[in-house]
Amino acid sequence: MPEENVIIQLSIFVNNEPGRLAAIARTLKESNVNMKAFNLAESAEFGILRAIVDDPEESFEKIRQKGIIVKKTQVIGIVINDAPGSLFDAADVCGREGINIEYGYAYAGKNLSAFFIRVDEPHRAVTALKEAGIALVKGTDI
Amino acid sequence: MAYWNKELETKPKEELQKMQLGLLRNELRTMYDSSKFIHDKMKSVGLLPEDIDSFERFRKVPFMKKTDLRDNYPDNLFVKPYHELVRLHVSSGTTGNPIVVGYTQNDLDNWAESLDRGMTSFGMSKDDILQNFHGYGLFTGGLGVHYAAEKMGVTVLPISTGNTERQIKMMQDLPITSFAGTPSYMFHIADICDQKGIDIRRDTKVRYAIAGGEPWSESMRQKLQERTGIKVHNCYGASEFYGPMFLECNEQDGLHVWADLAYVEVLDRNGDQCADGERGELVVTMLKKEAFPLIRYKIGDISSLTWEKCGCGRTHPRLMRISGRTDDMLIVRGVNVFPSQIEGVIGEFAFLTPFYRITLTNENFMDSMTIDVEIGEDSLTEDTVSIDRMTRSVESRLKDVLNIKAVVHLTLPGSLERFEGKSCHVKDLRRYD
Repeated sequence: MPEENVIIQLSIFVNNEPGRLAAIARTLKESNVNMKAFNLAESAEFGILRAIVDDPEESFEKIRQKGIIVKKTQVIGIVINDAPGSLFDAADVCGREGINIEYGYAYAGKNLSAFFIRVDEPHRAVTALKEAGIALVKGTDI
Repeated sequence: MAYWNKELETKPKEELQKMQLGLLRNELRTMYDSSKFIHDKMKSVGLLPEDIDSFERFRKVPFMKKTDLRDNYPDNLFVKPYHELVRLHVSSGTTGNPIVVGYTQNDLDNWAESLDRGMTSFGMSKDDILQNFHGYGLFTGGLGVHYAAEKMGVTVLPISTGNTERQIKMMQDLPITSFAGTPSYMFHIADICDQKGIDIRRDTKVRYAIAGGEPWSESMRQKLQERTGIKVHNCYGASEFYGPMFLECNEQDGLHVWADLAYVEVLDRNGDQCADGERGELVVTMLKKEAFPLIRYKIGDISSLTWEKCGCGRTHPRLMRISGRTDDMLIVRGVNVFPSQIEGVIGEFAFLTPFYRITLTNENFMDSMTIDVEIGEDSLTEDTVSIDRMTRSVESRLKDVLNIKAVVHLTLPGSLERFEGKSCHVKDLRRYD
C-alpha cells in the first residue's frame, strides 16, 4: 500500500519581511502544533516553511483558522541507516525510474533518521523504492 | 549673445501679445473651417473665430484632452490629406490606443525653429558636435533634436538610446561637444564613466547637454553639472505639440516658450488664469499647427509662467520646471506609464488577484519600477520554479505593454493593503534632491 508511506507535509507561506517567521512560529506554538522536521525555503517572492507535524489534518485546520496560508503537500520519508550510501541507494532508484526529486530535508529522531523528499509522482516513487528494498517511513512512525 | 531670430526673440511683450492674439484667431479660423472637431467645440459654446477678440474670451473655448486624441485614433483629427503630410510619430500607448501625430513640412520647420532658437540661446552653433542619445523612431525626441540640430549646422551623431559602452567610446574618440537625452541616462553615463575611471572634463570635449523627456529637479541638475562639468539645459515638450520644443537659455532660468508658436495658459482649480509666476495647470494652444488642431489642450502638467524679461534679453514668456501632474500618469525613464496599463496586464493572468502596488525609486537618479501583485490562493504553489516562471511571464508581458522593464514581486494572498481609491496604488519614492 503506497498510501501508508505518503506523508502529509504542511507548507506554510511566509512573506519576505522581517518578523514574519517569528509571528508564524508563535502561532504554531499557541496552536500547540508540534513540528517533527522542518525546512525553510525561500524564493525571490516569499518564504515557505515546510513542516512534518503531529496530526497534519488537525494542525492544518488550526493554522488555517489563524489566517495563515497553508497547503498540504505529499512527501516520502526514506529511512536513513547510519552508514555511508543510504542516500545514494534511494536517489539512484529515483534516477533510474525517471522520478524527479524537487527538494528534500533531513530528520533525526530518537528512534529514526529519515530524509524527506518531495517527488513529482509520490505513489510511483513509493512502489519503486519499496521494490528496490528501501525502507520508507510510515505516517504512523513519526 | 547670439540669437537665432533676434528681432522676434526680443520683441516687446505688448507686441508679442498682440501678435499672439492675431495668430490665435488665424489658427481658430483655419481649424474652425477644416476640423469638424473644433467646429463642433466652438459651436457648442456659440463662438465664432471672429468673436475671439481677447484672451479672456478665448478661455470660453472648451478644453481638448488626451482622450480626444486617443478617441480619434488614428487620424480622425488630421485636417490635411496624407499627401500634404511628411511624417508621423506615435506616442507611447496606454490601455487602448496610442496617439498618432502628423506633420506637414511647415510643422517640421516650426518645430526645428523652436529648438534652434533654444539651442542658440545657450551657445550652440555649427561648430558643435551633438551626440543624440534620445531614442530614434516613433518617439519624437530622436528625430526632433536631430533635424533641428542639422538645420543649424550642428554635426549630429545619431547614436540613439542604449549601448552605454559605445556611447562612452564615441564621446571620447570623437570631438563631441554636446549631448541630448534624458537626465537619468546622463546620470547612468556618468556612473559608468566613474567605474571606468573616465573623467568627462579631462577625457572629452562635452560642454553642453539638452536634457528632458522625464521629470527631474534643479538639484539633480546641480549634481549632474558638478559631476560632469557639463552645462545641462532643461527641455520641455510633448508629441502633441510637435515633440521636445522649449529650452532654457544660458541663464538656466526657465524654458523660453516662443509666443509666436504656442500660447500657454496657467489655470487655477476654477479655470481662472493664475497670476504671473503662480503655479497651475498648463493649457497649451499651438498657434501655427497645420496637420491637426491643438487648441486649449490640457497636457496634464503643473507649472508656472512668467513674462518677466529674462537675463538673456529675450522677451518671450518663460515656463518654470514642471512640478507635478494632474492625472495619474507616471513618467518612468522618460516613458509614460498609466497604472491602468499595469492593471490591464494583471487582469490577463488568471493566477493573479487584482491587488497590486507600484513602487518607484531612483537610486542614482535612475528610475526603477517594482510591481507587487498578489497571487491567487488557488494558484499558490510551493514549487518555487513555477512561481519564478509566473513572475517572469508577468514581467515579460509588462515589458511588451509598457516598453520599459518593471520588476515584479508576487506576494501572498491578502498581503497587500486594500485601497478604496485608485491613485493609492502608486508609491513614488523618487527623490530629486
